[in-house]
This record gives sequence, structure tokens and C-alpha cells, in this order.
Amino acid sequence: MSELKVIHEKAECLYGNYDRKGELQHQTHYCPGCGHGVAHKLLAEVIDELGIRDRVILVSPVGCSVFAYYYFDVGNVQVAHGRAPAVATALKRSHPESIVITYQGDGDLAAIGSAEIMHAANRSECYTALFVNNAIYGMTGGQCAPTSLLGDKTTTTPFGRTTANDGYPLKVSELLSALDGPVFIERGGLGNAKQILQTKRAIKRALETQMKGLGFSLVEMLSPCPTIWKMDPVDAQRHVREVLAPIYPIGNKLDRTKDRAPRAAAPPPPPLSELPRILKLPVAPTDAPVELVKPDSEYRIKIAGFGGQGVLLLGQLIAEAGMDDGLDVSWLPSYGPEMRSGTSNCHVRLSTKHVDSPLVSRPNVLIALNEPSLRKFIATVDTGGLVLYNGDSIPTDCIRTDITMQALPFASIADELGSPKVANIVVLGAFLAATNALPLAVVDRAMARVVKGEKWLEIDRRAMARGIAEMQSTEVKVHV
Amino acid sequence: MPKQLIKGNEALMKGAILAGCRGFYGYPITPANEITEAAAYYLPQVGGTFLQAESEVAAINMVYGASSAGVRCMTASSGPGISLMAEGISYLAGSELPCVIADITRGGPGLGNIAPEQSDYFQVVKGGGHGCYRTLVLAPACAQEMADLTYLAFDLADQYRTPAVILADGFIGQMMEPVEFTLAARAPRLPEWAVDGTASTRRNLISSIYLQPDDLEKHIRMLEAKYARMAHNETRWENYKTDDAEIVFVGYGISSRILKSVVEMMRARDIRAGLLRPITLFPFPSDELRRLAGQAERFFVVELSTGQMVEDVRLAVEGRCPVEFYGRCGGNAPSAEEIFEEVFAHV
Amino acid sequence: MFATAIEEEIDIKGYVEINTDECKGCGLCVEACTTKVLSLSPCLNRYGYHTATNSDKPCNGCGLCFYVCPEPGAIKVFKAVN
Repeated sequence: MSELKVIHEKAECLYGNYDRKGELQHQTHYCPGCGHGVAHKLLAEVIDELGIRDRVILVSPVGCSVFAYYYFDVGNVQVAHGRAPAVATALKRSHPESIVITYQGDGDLAAIGSAEIMHAANRSECYTALFVNNAIYGMTGGQCAPTSLLGDKTTTTPFGRTTANDGYPLKVSELLSALDGPVFIERGGLGNAKQILQTKRAIKRALETQMKGLGFSLVEMLSPCPTIWKMDPVDAQRHVREVLAPIYPIGNKLDRTKDRAPRAAAPPPPPLSELPRILKLPVAPTDAPVELVKPDSEYRIKIAGFGGQGVLLLGQLIAEAGMDDGLDVSWLPSYGPEMRSGTSNCHVRLSTKHVDSPLVSRPNVLIALNEPSLRKFIATVDTGGLVLYNGDSIPTDCIRTDITMQALPFASIADELGSPKVANIVVLGAFLAATNALPLAVVDRAMARVVKGEKWLEIDRRAMARGIAEMQSTEVKVHV
Repeated sequence: MPKQLIKGNEALMKGAILAGCRGFYGYPITPANEITEAAAYYLPQVGGTFLQAESEVAAINMVYGASSAGVRCMTASSGPGISLMAEGISYLAGSELPCVIADITRGGPGLGNIAPEQSDYFQVVKGGGHGCYRTLVLAPACAQEMADLTYLAFDLADQYRTPAVILADGFIGQMMEPVEFTLAARAPRLPEWAVDGTASTRRNLISSIYLQPDDLEKHIRMLEAKYARMAHNETRWENYKTDDAEIVFVGYGISSRILKSVVEMMRARDIRAGLLRPITLFPFPSDELRRLAGQAERFFVVELSTGQMVEDVRLAVEGRCPVEFYGRCGGNAPSAEEIFEEVFAHV
Repeated sequence: MFATAIEEEIDIKGYVEINTDECKGCGLCVEACTTKVLSLSPCLNRYGYHTATNSDKPCNGCGLCFYVCPEPGAIKVFKAVN
């Protein structure tokens, strides 16, 4: 005497009643004979068999399966057309213990989302992509898909798909298998029970690949679309077997499950108390003495030259030291294409008052490290201002009598010191000697903080001292 | 607390991490790169995720994924990248997902250039993407605010379940200023609506689709009410010498910095000038502008564009007094002297 | 229905139960059925479908009808176990 037992019924991870659906909550929204229902069933069974329901996050796409979340009693995220791989990437990276599954159609994955799937696969994002390929746009009413076959008459290929106009059917599984990233890729079919059961095994292997942490897995399913194909369901299944499958061969395309090692888990995050150190926030007051009462001063400095002369660093050093000295400061670089070649400049403001605009339109100090820079900005210098020019003498047609102008061969001096790179620091010394804008000790401390490496700091110190000496020997003193 | 001389862009990212940001998904673009590079450097050290996406389209959808997962997350870009992100931002708003998006604006349209502009006001403040949605928009005017307003943006984004945008021009992103980091480091915390692949969140759903017209209208009305709450509670601005001002300048970001110089120049000549600096661009300080319209003789709006925010100023002022505009674009910024002369040309 | 089948034929190998509310009458199970007990009913259900029926006939419980069926809960398969 034998006993009858249930061997197949609705999977547990599918809702008993589809409450999220507006009407007809006892059945899916899919057409009679649609492959999506079968694909859902296979996925649901595998989730149950692997016992992962609580861990699953299902990403629903745009297309007929946009409402996959009506049916699956798992965590659900519905996303924009084609973007499921990007969303899945971040979901999985945010919660590596979760099991992330995307469900995409051919328009979604192979057309609008072709960049996203390519890169997610190439990065070997550790999620599982289910790709339902019915070679047509179903939800929008039968337009040509990248996977539509040559000759297929669709609403957007009314005379049949041609290579001349529409290119070739896109073989996604083969294409992705050419990448180094993916771990498991298989194409299955939903054309009869045998294909369906084979597809189920592929889905299981793909999910196991993810559970082991090996990397990217994808299962493509050739799927019937009787409504848009204008076939009855039995003919549509036959079409899958006899027309689609010869173009898109069924079978495993890639299996690196034995070669690929699981990814190492990320180390635990540091305690919050470590953040200031990690973020390099200043934790202790600098030891620079700050004068509480200073005479009003206001430096609007423009530094200009060609890229590589250290224009930006010179400005930064002045701003750093100014900040240490208790001044309000700003530093604004040019960052255009000119910084890659050609001219470079920056605006620095030092003020005993609040700095309003960081832009320096009327500088009272111009540091011109080449002639074009001098010519470009000389007219903007405020009356009574200072110009330091990198050269033996000021070009005669640039001479202004209402300002102080000093030419010094900073680059040659730097060469004498052993490195043309320290010309900017020689300028710094000259600027400090000419203006007394900042205490030398404060500048030295700022330099020690900014300049990397003892060797460079040593030569920079010599360069600054030399700049000071050169300027002092010219007996120019300027207060602005 | 000691200060640190730091670029606005880097200050922004440090503020973000202190706020508990643990996910950054971006794509390189000048002049926002220092944000992305700081994220790449710091986030892996604090247990966060940094990923350089294949495009801005992917980046914003990764933000969608990380936000769905309950992680405080962000991206940063500039005009062309924000254009590409418009679809994703609409989805984030529709799905009520919090995140922070930094737009360090450069010159447009098209490829334009990489120099600063304020020409993304329309696309950021008015929506950019499809559908009836708004994003909270904060406009820092200094490196300190790049840190502080980003920190605030994460809180507000969570509180209202909405994307928040930091809209800064290339100047604010690129310049270095002393910044004091007094912000307390926040611990990441999972919101109850998140989908994180656990039993307790299994019934959670992130979605923006409402097939039935009545359902969608209800959803849109709920969003509308949320934006009204934001307008009521979160409108921020700075008054600078507006108490007795006859000429009220209006500018945000770098323009407001230049305009402070202009106000000083005018005050030095006994002209009663003041500045209204919107700190939130949505919600916009319309009520305060309307109030000032009762005392001012004219408004003078300055932007690094051909005039975008000025439309909102005119709407707020409702014709009570003249609203003049002066803008530079293409990467040019007006000098204080230039604006000063321009005002006199109008008066 | 099930009870009737058991009463009539004690030594059955399997049996399928069709949920006629869920079935959309696509006929794929009929095509897949190895024992040919499934057919589409000449009657319409309340949604207007000719739903699948086994006419109370037992089968071998192979389960293929379950896998080809696009509706996750339309078919339940029973199988005899010793």
C-alpha cells in the first residue's frame, strides 16, 4: 500500500496570495504560456532548496517582469531600465552576506543596460543575473530587441530585421564568457520540460557560485512570448526549441567555479574614535604662536607662471603659514587645461579681517614667474603694490612707476642651489623679505608640514634663506 | 580646535565620512575629482565602499542600490555627469531613497569647459529628471560649508528620505581655505525600510512604480506634502547687512563671496547695500526675499550664468521692486569692481 | 476529486491537482503530460479560460506538467511513496 505525497507545489518563497498586485491576486500578471512564470517558478524552487530566502534581495527590472516583487517573498528592489547590474553591485557590496539576484529581459540587459552588465561581469560582482531572452520587447508591444533574429518582423522592423539596418542578434552569454571576470555562465531554454529542468540546475549552480563568494554568475533563458510572437503557447515553446536554440545554442558557456577562490571578507571597520586619525584631521593645536593683536594687513596675491614652476605650491605655502599665523586665508588655483601645459596661476589672500572673495582681481602682490604672466597681469596690480619677477630685469614696456617692481633671476638662483624645482621657494623667501607678511618661523613650520621628505625640506630651507638674502641685498621693503 | 587648510572638495568628503557616509560611487570629471579621489583614499580605511563606475549612469544607480541597502552613500560629479544622472535622481526621489549628490559645476552647455559656472541651477534645483519631484539643494560658499553642509545634507536626506544635492561651483570645490572639523563622527545606522538581505527586512520593497493613476497620484501628493514640509522647516539663508539695505544683492556660492566685497565697497561710499545669500536653493528663501522687497529699492542678482536663480528671485519678489541681473559665464567670474560699476549703470 | 480518484484506483502512482482559478489554459501541461491524462476543459472558468483538467484520472506523477506550467501555483503534483 503506497501513500500519495505532494512532490511539487508552489514554492514557499512565493507569496500565497499576491497582495501587492491590484487585482486578480491569485494569479500572475503574465500571459498564458509566458516564460516568465516558469522562470519565476524555477528561481523560487532553487531559493527554497538552498534555504536562502531570508538572505535574498531580488532586483526587478523594467519590462514584463517589472512586477517580480509581486510574487517573491524576499527583499525586493525595483530599478530603472537596464540598471539592475549597477544596483546589484552596490547592494551586494553593501551587504556581502546577502544573496543578490537580478532578473532582466533582453531589452533591459542586452540593449539599454549593455554597459552595466558588461562591467558588472568584468568586475565579477558576486551576484547572480537571470537573463530572460525572448528576442522581442514584450511589455512595450513587440519592438525589435538586440536578440531578435534576422528576418524577424517586429513593430520596429516591419519588413524584417536586417543586418544592414539593425546588425546581428546579440549573443550575450558568449560575449560575457569572453571576459576574464565572470565565473559561471550558462544558457538554458524554456522550450520543453527537459530544457526547463536543465535550466533549473543551471540556476542552482549559479546561486551556489554566489553563495561560495566566487564571483559573477549568469543564466540566460530562451523564453517563449506567445502573445507578442502571435503564436499559441505550444507553438511558442516549439519556436524556442527549433528556431531560437539553433541561433543561441543551449549549454554551459563558462565554468570557473573550480579555478576561482572565494573573495576575502573585508576587515571589520575601525572604531569611530579612529576616524580623526584616518581622515588626517588636525588633532592637536599647532605650536605656532598666534599674535592676538596684529596691525591690519591685507595681501591679495596673484602668482603666475608656467606649469611645473611650483606656482600652486608657493601659494599653498603662503596660505598655510598665514593660517598658522592666525590670519584668514584663501587659496584658489587655476585648474583648467592650462595647468596641464602652459600657464598656471593661483590667487592667495591673507587678511587680518575676514576674507570675502577668494578671487584676486586687483592684486597688491604679483609674483610673475615668466614674462607672459607679467604681461598678462601687470595692469591689474593695485597702486602701491609689489611685483616680483623671475628675470634679470623688468621688460621696459612693463615698468610702472606707481608700484614697486623687483626682478630677480629666481630660476638661476635655484639652479645654483642644485635644483631648478626650488625656484618657487627662493621666491617665497624674497616675498617674505620684501613684505614681512609672515614670521619666518611660522613659514618654516608650515613648510615642514607641507613638504614631503627631509632631503627636500633641507634644500627648501636653503632656498628660502637665499631668497631672503637676495631680496635684502636689493634693499626693497614694501608694506601694503 | 585647530584648522586645516584644505580644498573644498576634500573637505566635502571628510564631512561626508564623519556624517557616516560609507558608500561612494562615482565617475571622474573635472572639477569634482578631488571628492572622488578622497573617497577612494579614505572610504576603504573606514570600512566603506568606493567604486569607480563605468559611467555616471551606473554611478547614480549604484547609489540607488547602496541607499536601498540602507547605507549612507553619495556620488559627485559636474554638469555633464549630472545630466546623465538625471534619470537615476528621479528614481531615487520616486523611491524615496536618501543620498547626497555633489555637483561641482563647470561651464556648459555641451562639453563647455572645466572652469567654474553656476549654470546647473535649473537642472539641479528644478529637477532635471522626469516627474513631479524635488531634491533638497544646499549651496556652500566656502570650504568650511563644504564639510558642514554635506554633513547636514546626509541628516536631511535621511530625515526626509530624499536625495540631497550639494551645488557648488568649481571655485568653491577647488579653493583651499582653513576648515575646522568640529563634526562628531556618526556611526552608520540601518533604516528600518532598508533591504539588506535579512529576515527582518524581507518584506521591504523599494520601488517607484504605481501602475494605477489613483495610486500614483496619492504617492505624488505624499511627495508634494513632504516638499512642503521641507520648505517650512529647512529653508536656510544668510542675511549680510540687509537690515537697512536699499540695494539687496542676491547670490549663492562664489557669487555671494564676491558680492560681500561689493557690499563693503558700497558701504564705504555710504550706499546702504546688503546681501541675501540663499543657503538652500530648494527650498528657496522666497519669504525672506518677499519681506526684503518691502524695504529695498531694488534687487541685484549675480550669478555665473546668463540668469537662472534670478527667475526664482523675481517669482518671490512678485514685482514689488525691480530685480536687476548681472552674470558672467564661460568660466569668467565678475570682479567686485565690475559689479560695482554695473550697479551704477543700472541706478 | 482527489478522494474519488483514490477510491477508484487504489494502486495509483501519481496524481495532479489543477487550481482552476489560477490556470490560464495555455495547454503546455497537456503537451508535456507523459500519461496523456491532461486536457483542456471544454468549459470556461470564471475568467474565461478553458482550464486544464485531468478528469479525475491518476497519472505516473512525473511532474513535468508542473515545470512547464507558467503559473507558480496552478498545479500540485502527488506521487506514491512506499
